Amino acid sequence: MAKPVVALEKVIIRFAGDSGDGMQLTGDRFTHETASFGNDLSTLPDFPAEIRAPAGTLPGVSAFQLHFADHAIATPGDAADVLVAMNPAALRSNLHHVRRGGTLIVNKDEFTKRALEKVGYAADPLDDGSLESYNLNAVNLTTLTVEALKGFDITKKEAERAKNMFALGLLSWLYDRGTEGTKAFLRAKFGRKPEILAANIAAFEAGWAYGETTEDFAVQYEIAPAPLPEGTYRNITGNIALSYGLIAASQLSGLPLFLGSYPITPASDILHELSRHKQFGVRTLQLEDEIAGIGAALGAAYGGSLAVTTTSGPGIALKAETIGLAVATELPLVVVDVQRGGPSTGLPTKTEQADLLQAMYGRNGESPVPIVAPQSPSDCFHAAIEASRIALTYRTPVFLLSDGYLANGSEPWRIPEVAELPDLHVDFATEPNHVDEDGQPVFWPFKRDPETLARPWAIPGTPGLEHRIGGIEKADGSGAISYDPDNHDFMVRTRQAKVDRIADSIPPLAVDDPDGRARVLVLGWGSTHGPIAAACHIVRSEGGAVAQAHLRHLNPFPANTGEVLRGYERVLIPEMNLGQLWMLIRAKYLVDAVGYHQVRGLPFKATELADQIRELL
Amino acid sequence: MTIDLPTAPALSLVPKADAPQTAKDFKSDQEVRWCPGCGDYAILAAVQSFLPELGVRRENIVFVSGIGCSSRFPYYMNTYGMHSIHGRAPAIATGLSTSRPDLSVWVVTGDGDALSIGGNHFLHALRRNVNIKILLFNNRIYGLTKGQYSPTSEAGKITKSTPMGSIDYPFNPISVALGAEASFVARTIDSDRKHLVGVLRAAAAHEGTALVEIYQNCNIFNDGAWDPLKDAGIREDNLIRLEHGQPIRFGRDGQKGVARRDDGMLMVVDDVSECGGECLWVHDAHAAEPSTAFALSRLADFTTLEHTAIGVFRDVARPVYDQLLAQQLDRAAAAGPGDLAGLLRGRDTWTIG
Ligand code: SF4
Repeated sequence: MAKPVVALEKVIIRFAGDSGDGMQLTGDRFTHETASFGNDLSTLPDFPAEIRAPAGTLPGVSAFQLHFADHAIATPGDAADVLVAMNPAALRSNLHHVRRGGTLIVNKDEFTKRALEKVGYAADPLDDGSLESYNLNAVNLTTLTVEALKGFDITKKEAERAKNMFALGLLSWLYDRGTEGTKAFLRAKFGRKPEILAANIAAFEAGWAYGETTEDFAVQYEIAPAPLPEGTYRNITGNIALSYGLIAASQLSGLPLFLGSYPITPASDILHELSRHKQFGVRTLQLEDEIAGIGAALGAAYGGSLAVTTTSGPGIALKAETIGLAVATELPLVVVDVQRGGPSTGLPTKTEQADLLQAMYGRNGESPVPIVAPQSPSDCFHAAIEASRIALTYRTPVFLLSDGYLANGSEPWRIPEVAELPDLHVDFATEPNHVDEDGQPVFWPFKRDPETLARPWAIPGTPGLEHRIGGIEKADGSGAISYDPDNHDFMVRTRQAKVDRIADSIPPLAVDDPDGRARVLVLGWGSTHGPIAAACHIVRSEGGAVAQAHLRHLNPFPANTGEVLRGYERVLIPEMNLGQLWMLIRAKYLVDAVGYHQVRGLPFKATELADQIRELL
Repeated sequence: MTIDLPTAPALSLVPKADAPQTAKDFKSDQEVRWCPGCGDYAILAAVQSFLPELGVRRENIVFVSGIGCSSRFPYYMNTYGMHSIHGRAPAIATGLSTSRPDLSVWVVTGDGDALSIGGNHFLHALRRNVNIKILLFNNRIYGLTKGQYSPTSEAGKITKSTPMGSIDYPFNPISVALGAEASFVARTIDSDRKHLVGVLRAAAAHEGTALVEIYQNCNIFNDGAWDPLKDAGIREDNLIRLEHGQPIRFGRDGQKGVARRDDGMLMVVDDVSECGGECLWVHDAHAAEPSTAFALSRLADFTTLEHTAIGVFRDVARPVYDQLLAQQLDRAAAAGPGDLAGLLRGRDTWTIG
């Protein structure tokens, strides 16, 4: 008998379990089904830095939050409507993420006396009344799974391990998700182990059937597809989008892609992804350290590659000297910093945007470096192309500042047509560009393009253009070593002017102010775009007027930035740091902006930001 | 050491010069600024005179250096070049060489640059066997910073930073390189042009990373550091010249030699006539195992320089990183070139509208 179906506009589900319970995989599968169903969505994996903390402990809990809706959404959501908790530790550490009245689906089998004590529960929360304000569903997930798999030739342990598929089946029924994608995925994953494959599919189907038949779940929910712009979509994470953006930039420029890197959380997935695409001529080198990673990239840049290094904040600290060399030698280089909580090792798996000033100033001498920051997971694709464009056009290192939330978070992405992407074609120098005192044609490596101030890029192998570059100050034009005071002053100012001139090539800062009467502007950068947009939406739905502007280019700022800021009575700058953009904006534009700062390793909650905006209205 | 260089595999992908070149072609217009009398001049001249032999296009040769007196070298070469940052030249050269197999890439470094601040990159370049040639100018002192002890300075050395004598134990660069899995390891001396050029020739022909340690005199801060290996009358008893396939003999009349003891260790024999020359160890630079080469590197007394071996310690064929990488790219491309639109689309899409 079919159960009644209730239509919902949006749902936030949080899967939580032990690191070994496969929660990231479960969340990821549910996300894929939801994406292909056509909902808009946003995800936030929240996992521990430890690979496998002891089972059943609080530090070992791994969670995955998914927000999906029948309309466009911008964030993984504030409070979850549903929490799937695979053990007491998962419940304990995630309950505060659930809204009052929300649904709890808990694996009752794991709520043993020992397990409860391990995480500090004096009494069993499943029957001490402490969860009264939630819709509690205690299900024997493990037992049900093992029973469903009785006929299979697998060990009890292997059967128990399939309980995440049972849970996924149950949730898939509850929200009427498709099943074919997950089955196809399992076939690809366990193709070589037919018994395990069959068991996982059986567990998944048993979970679905359980939802359909048990009286515990009285209704099924339906979330209609979101009316997104026309096009072909896929789901994509920030690190994958960023990797694809780099490959696209290589194809669009006609230059081979070279990645010099060293593994570091949360940037390693870019190294992994790019190393899988050698058919595009991509060279990925895992070097001995962060310094060698960028060193090799700079060497490849000298040789004419589109050169990239990828890392996180601690790696940037190590690469700083080589970034300075790239500034001095004026070679194109994309430096990807997937920011994480700092200082030092900090919170490797958590997000933060506290490397802005490091990117801006973290080098010796006057060493300006352009900065580009993506605003959502899929935007990492376009931001990577933009960073490459600036590097190649202006012959400069460029920072691409992603963060842990963008890197691992995902959202639907309208796949662009290749023809829509910009042309990044580069002309290498092939001829002498100057005439010396004797009237002989010569090559001057520091004779600049009058418009961009970029120097010519003459790659080894080009006859007649042999030249030497390096970290010692060079004479304007000829590029000979120069200790001349006026020349140094001139070169310092010219390198700065070159970076400043990039502003001529970037779009003006756009403001989202639907009815044009806002007197408060919220200015952000990077991954806070979603929460800020959601907060503005909340305030506007209450009748408040607020404008939003988001900086994609942080160095230089778009040319109209000062004008935009001066158009508002109050400017609020929320950041996941202690006020880094805030300081830059105040210093440069003498605008009395207000900051709002959190460094909790998690994205902002829209409701918190809405409170901040209301205070200024 | 006669090698048919134009077909040397290490240079097989580097375009050949159309016309013969001379040393003059390799001199840049920059004024050379080392201290008068510095050993670097002799090395520069030797390299400039040797490069035409390679017969490859000048524009396909690149010198990459770090920081230090020796690292000014690229400015004086009329080739492509980069004077980089302290210790990092092997890393930069690795990126250049692996992305441009048509280049002949040389690293110029010093004892401080390669073995102190850049130790990590030095080790890993040797291990990885990238097709780069590393010229390590060893003067046992920091010259550019005006006279502090270096990682090859002898223990007890009095310098600006060690007024009571250095308490650091020095590296033996050859031993370090052999321990780091280097496929080519050689040592030579700035003042012996013939030997220097011979070693350069062998290094250039070697596929993979070649380390050439060059004993170089810093006449300002460490003058005479290598005199026991240079002064006629003394050097014969100190210097052991290694020649592949030859029994190892040295001394004024070749009366000394190196032999293998019963326990397998090498030892110096003061009078080879005692064993009729039969006991001498025949040097095998191509030996698969590096242990004998290592033992040869340990014969020297690091303070007196007695029994210092020069020449090619090791020269073995080992897969070259650049080639392995190129093969992987070729293999990936064999299934057809990358399809960007296909990549972006992926396998799991849905359509709206
Ligand atoms: S300080 Fe020594 S090594 Fe440096 S240039 Fe002068 S003599 Fe040569």
